Amino acid sequence: MTEIMVVTSGKGGVGKTTTSASIACGLARRGKRVAVIDFDIGLRNLDLIMGCERRVVYDFVNVIHGECTLRQALIRDKRLENLYVLAASQTRDKDALTAEGVQRVLDELAADGFDYVICDSPAGIEKGAHLAMYFADRAIVVVNPEVSSVRDSDRILGLLASKTMRAEKGNGGVHEHLLLTRYSPRRVATGEMMSVGDVKEILGLDVVGVIPESNDVLTASNAGTPIILREDSIVSHAYEDAVARLLGESVPLRYVEEPRRGFFARLFGT
Amino acid sequence: MRLLELFRRQPPSAQVAKERLRIIVAQERSARGGPDYLPLLRRELLEVIRRYFNIDADAVHVNLDRAQGHDVLELSVALPETGAAPDLTRRAR
Repeated sequence: MTEIMVVTSGKGGVGKTTTSASIACGLARRGKRVAVIDFDIGLRNLDLIMGCERRVVYDFVNVIHGECTLRQALIRDKRLENLYVLAASQTRDKDALTAEGVQRVLDELAADGFDYVICDSPAGIEKGAHLAMYFADRAIVVVNPEVSSVRDSDRILGLLASKTMRAEKGNGGVHEHLLLTRYSPRRVATGEMMSVGDVKEILGLDVVGVIPESNDVLTASNAGTPIILREDSIVSHAYEDAVARLLGESVPLRYVEEPRRGFFARLFGT
Repeated sequence: MRLLELFRRQPPSAQVAKERLRIIVAQERSARGGPDYLPLLRRELLEVIRRYFNIDADAVHVNLDRAQGHDVLELSVALPETGAAPDLTRRAR
């Protein structure tokens, strides 16, 4: 049984691609057969985050147009043998993706025995975002604890509840999860940032992960290494926990509390 | 937290954010699933009423209730306390 998971958010720059890459790697590292697809047609970026940009020969649109086979277009990850990347095309043609084409690719991946297909959605609510979520069984809604990101996510939740195959067919809808990124426990403690509880309460979703704000994300993307593979970073641990929760394990949240500081440290603002 | 801030008590900005979001999200959720023409209807009503009264953009509420067998379109317009008299200069236009 293949599970289709969309990583979406509405707003751009909140960490969808970083999350897609890390969740895909995390699942593959646990022995699952995983394909991760970039739906951001015209603005391909997953290949860079995965570090396979120089190995892209064929892309998603080539497969849909029958210009190559799916097998030819899937890029096998060099670090994890059961992980494959399908790059977005750089075409400017907005109608390059079709629902039938996407369905055909997903069906073929299912027939090929993939356990998970991760759909990395583009920002916005246009066609690419619509098709990335349409066939999903589950959705990871990536949110920054910040007003515009939270509002846009709620808009996406509305679309997940109405404009997806599961919603239309009425078989239980898409299972939605909240993943908070760029979380700063220090700013939450001083009342400058909404807490996990605040965002959870506004959106009414279960929390699958809280990823702390960290410089490590930039350095990992510079190198083309999905951050989950950087074991020395707390971001890696936070994503690993999220993967465990996606697989049904119950793991307590980490890195959401500011370590307690002494009286003098607080007084003088170190 | 610096020494001075201990004595300065403003509502934390995160709380303000949460409150604003709670309101706008609830408003947008209630409009969701309704017919697409409701926002346009509301906007046009607002334009018409504004020819006679000086009202705020959020003074007009349009709501569609689905009951068994019939739909009820509910309109409510909050008029300003002082400006209850029609603005004749604009009406004459």
